[in-house]
Amino acid sequence: MPRTPRPTIVLVGHGMVGQRFLEELASREVTERARVVVLCEEPRPAYDRVRLTSYFSGRTPEELSLVGEGFMERHGVELRLGDPAVAIDREARTVTSRAGLEIGYDVLVLATGSYPFVPPVPGSDSTGCFVYRTVEDMLAIEEYARGSRTGTVVGGGLLGLEAAGALSGLGLETHIVEFNPRLMALQVDDGGGAALRRTVEGMGLTVHTGVGGEEITAGPDGAVTAMTLSDGSAIATDLVVFSAGVRPRDELARGCGLEVGERGGITVDERCRTADAAVYAVGECARTVDGRVYGLVAPGYEMARVAAETIAGETGGSGGTEGTDGTGASFTGADTSTKLKLLGVDVASFGDALGKAEGCLDVVYSDSRAGVYKKLVVASDGTLLGGVLVGDAEAYGTLRPLTGSVPPVAPERLVLPAGAGAPVALGPSALPDDAMVCGCHNVTKGAVRAAVTDHACTTVPEVKKCTKAGTGCGSCVKVLTRLVEDELEASGVTVDKGLCGCFAHTRGELYEIVRTRRLSTFAELLDGHGREEARGGEGCEVCKPAVASIIASLAPALGASGYVLDGEQAALQDTNDHHLANIQRNGSYSVVPRVPGGEITPEKLIVIGEVARDFGLYTKITGGQRIDLFGARVDQLPAIWARLVAAGFESGHAYGKALRTVKSCVGQTWCRYGVQDSVRMAIDLELRYRGLRAPHKLKGAVSGCQRECAEARGKDFGVIATANGWNLYVGGNGGATPRHADLLAKDLSDAELVRLIDRFLMFYIRTADRLERTAAWLERIEGGLDHVRDVVVHDSLGLCAELEALMAGHVANYRDEWAETLGDPERLRRFVSFVNAPGAPDPSVRFVAEREQVRPDLTLLSGPDIPVRTLKALEGSAAR
Amino acid sequence: MTTATTDATTDASGEVRPAGTRVEVRAEGGWAAVCALSDLVPGRGVAALLPDGGQIAVFRDRAGRTYALGNRDPFTGAYVLSRGLLGSAGGRAFVASPLLKQRFDLTTGRCLDDDAVSVPVYAVRTR
Ligand code: SRM
Ligand SMILES: Cc1cc2nc3c(=O)[nH]c(=O)nc-3n(C[C@H](O)[C@H](O)[C@H](O)COP(=O)(O)OP(=O)(O)OC[C@H]3O[C@@H](n4cnc5c(N)ncnc54)[C@H](O)[C@@H]3O)c2cc1C
Ligand code: SF4
Ligand code: FES
Repeated sequence: MPRTPRPTIVLVGHGMVGQRFLEELASREVTERARVVVLCEEPRPAYDRVRLTSYFSGRTPEELSLVGEGFMERHGVELRLGDPAVAIDREARTVTSRAGLEIGYDVLVLATGSYPFVPPVPGSDSTGCFVYRTVEDMLAIEEYARGSRTGTVVGGGLLGLEAAGALSGLGLETHIVEFNPRLMALQVDDGGGAALRRTVEGMGLTVHTGVGGEEITAGPDGAVTAMTLSDGSAIATDLVVFSAGVRPRDELARGCGLEVGERGGITVDERCRTADAAVYAVGECARTVDGRVYGLVAPGYEMARVAAETIAGETGGSGGTEGTDGTGASFTGADTSTKLKLLGVDVASFGDALGKAEGCLDVVYSDSRAGVYKKLVVASDGTLLGGVLVGDAEAYGTLRPLTGSVPPVAPERLVLPAGAGAPVALGPSALPDDAMVCGCHNVTKGAVRAAVTDHACTTVPEVKKCTKAGTGCGSCVKVLTRLVEDELEASGVTVDKGLCGCFAHTRGELYEIVRTRRLSTFAELLDGHGREEARGGEGCEVCKPAVASIIASLAPALGASGYVLDGEQAALQDTNDHHLANIQRNGSYSVVPRVPGGEITPEKLIVIGEVARDFGLYTKITGGQRIDLFGARVDQLPAIWARLVAAGFESGHAYGKALRTVKSCVGQTWCRYGVQDSVRMAIDLELRYRGLRAPHKLKGAVSGCQRECAEARGKDFGVIATANGWNLYVGGNGGATPRHADLLAKDLSDAELVRLIDRFLMFYIRTADRLERTAAWLERIEGGLDHVRDVVVHDSLGLCAELEALMAGHVANYRDEWAETLGDPERLRRFVSFVNAPGAPDPSVRFVAEREQVRPDLTLLSGPDIPVRTLKALEGSAAR
Repeated sequence: MTTATTDATTDASGEVRPAGTRVEVRAEGGWAAVCALSDLVPGRGVAALLPDGGQIAVFRDRAGRTYALGNRDPFTGAYVLSRGLLGSAGGRAFVASPLLKQRFDLTTGRCLDDDAVSVPVYAVRTR
């Protein structure tokens, strides 16, 4: 028996705040001194409820987990899944669980969260009625939606909109019923609500405001068929989700005589402690000293910290000095500013968003056509009190921290869209030190600066690790990055622009070294030009592929092998290049034969179909006008490609930072508007640049007239036909940051067009950073488009002959990588599942059927082999 | 050529080893032969099956040292670590998962990007 018995801390509720509380205990080493028992009602450990909806976009419940692998074991926390607390005896200091366990406690912490409020509508218990709170709810909704056509969400607040987005994403015709006269009534005003409504309706959802659900009608089988509204109208619906607000789960507290607020919530003091000194409440179930119940996670995290700090102090740990008042930790209220992306619309509100303060004034910018609404609330002395941003919340990061102060520029300038009037460069430098930069983790600008100046952080990831800023919802990362860079530069630190830990040079500089010194191996480059400490080492996953790409694009000039997997190059390439195929989430690969310009004969289509059928591959038409075959095991790749190559196909380089596709529209040959043969030009260009290695992937397109059906201006090089020839556009991009390509030159002949593209691509390859597409490169390089035009059109640097020669070398040396690989037994040796059992297929790569094809069997991936972390959770989820 | 089946292999270190050198991994109390040293390309890995059906990833670095880890990428559940790229940081060799690029120390199995995660490590020898 130990001389001092270990105190027992019992946590009821393992949600977001509960888990944070455990982490706060662990970081104060309380878990080493105390026995910690957690009663968790749900069948799985804490997960990211805030991102719950991402389940519908493919995130698995396991990916949402908030519990680090081995956390419970390492800290000796006893987690009882699926075993909620049912009673508390404060006299005896015991908690009883549903399974009948009676646990004595020294400290009891309630983190029971909220339950969704279901309004007392007759029929609300019919089959097909759901709430939106847990993973189990998501699974049930998903299952039921399969057999449904229409869904209705009761409640047009934050969560209601999120639920509606999910239903609509599941393919249901979706209605939103909101009792208030506008959507998101708590956060935005009438103008914001109207902008939001227009956008939501524009997405095909039906919005009913100012009405409530009166009754739910069910069919003879007990399943929902319709909902009657308070204005007498009715909606035919198969599924209903209630999202009409939440109520604190304070039933345990009531049951043992603890005080709760009038509208619910366990009453606590600024230490998050109830009137019983041994009992705490944190998170959504607590009613804090300001008389409020917070329905957001950030205030809950703050409460978890305060409670842990206080408990650490009491159990005589590192958390604070002895006694109840030894520490300064307290929770007296929190900011409820939020920025969200609901249904793809940015919505932010901060401070006194609804303008409740006496005598306050509004500054409003509204553009209903664009679905943008912005309002700032200011006091008569100019102090910014709060605001609402709908449709464009870009300014949130700078405005929220300015709340409570007089902004350095006139408020109207802050809400005008970029481009209207003089631009406002209200960078983070304008913020005061106590401005809150990261709301999720309560990190001020001062703390970020201190991370750089006092804690010697020199990169954004380091600052994130040090301060936690930016690791929550992520909405502050942009501002954070600028702050860190400003601070580094201000403190005289030259920001390290090196490629990685191995090289102090940028990619462009390395390209010059390789070119001028004629180096053809990575080893020479690393050992001769790497950072001192990296020489003789291994390199890393960042510089190896980047250098491999440089060597590949210069290969003809260096006299190096053009085959990207020869010699040492084999060790430098990412798995995709290494296997000449794209790795997929279950370790299988995809196969993409080149289909130049998107033109394909019936015979070739048949071959693709036959190959896919014979190897059981999933086929899909890609966004790049070709066909992707998914689900090949690594050991099947050679046999698949042997068939394709025999039929006249070649590698599509979908795996490489190389030319992908040159899309075309059907053009003059068939289309009544076409003025040039866009298909032929696209094929010519695709064949010319196939296999060209670059800092990032390259895409092109050719349209037969200005209608632009090939979307050429979304490509790295886009060609649009004119009556006199071709217009060349460069620097376009789709993806996350779309950019329309800029016109480089007009009315070019075929030969002029090709020559300009040759020069443009080679100049880009020479000077761009690693993974910098032409769009970002054009924005970054000094002088921008004008400079590039000077270099490649007017030859201002005298480089053009060299650039053209490099491209000519590439074209002359191009060979199909797959044909070359198949012809060489040595090169084929890498395509085995296991080195010691080459014939054995990898048993972990398995598929299940879906829509008459295959898809990866993901249960297998998250299945039986997962170590420690979620064993218990898996029992829960495997049962379904 | 690095995947040579010729008589001998030259390490990046310049050391010449007889082609017969075998790589063995400690599993279930004994040493299991996995492959010939010449099957390992410096800077890359291969997957191998253990007698019990388990999968390991065996690597060889530029200096000729060999390592073995569990082949399963704990972040995705896929058995793919053998297909990651090797690198070194602060003198320690690591492999970066080919899927989401988290790095694992080749000697300890610890994830360098998330303290809470690690993969099993196996003893390796060449003889
Ligand atoms: C298969 C395909 C989707 C589809 O089913 O249609 C696809 C699939 C992938 N895309 Fe894509 N993209 C595909 C067309 C596109 C398009 C449309 C287009 O090309 O016209 C775009 C927008 C245009 C653009 O690139 O600007 C596109 C923008 C991206 C991006 C964002 C690029 C950016 O600069 O922002 C990425 C991420 C990246 O490359 O860093 C990406 C990355 C990927 C990767 C490589 C992600 C990965 O690493 O696993 C996917 C792998 C494919 C595979 O395993 O075979 N994919 N991707 C399309 C293949 C086209 C082809 O035939 O080669
Ligand atoms: C879809 C959705 C989106 C959201 N988006 C945001 C957002 O963008 N930003 C934001 O700040 N907040 C958001 N929230 C709110 C946020 O999730 C909550 O504020 C947060 O989860 C509160 O944490 P908690 O630990 O107090 O409660 P919970 O996370 O709800 O955890 C409480 C846990 O206690 C368990 N429990 C209850 N009673 C017992 C008992 N007797 N015994 C044992 N266990 C019990 C419950 O089962 C639950 O697992 C969102 C919520 C949802 C549902
Ligand atoms: S871009 Fe012009 S030529 Fe091409 S398909 Fe469209 S309308 Fe026809
Ligand atoms: S504000 Fe959410 S991570 Fe910083």
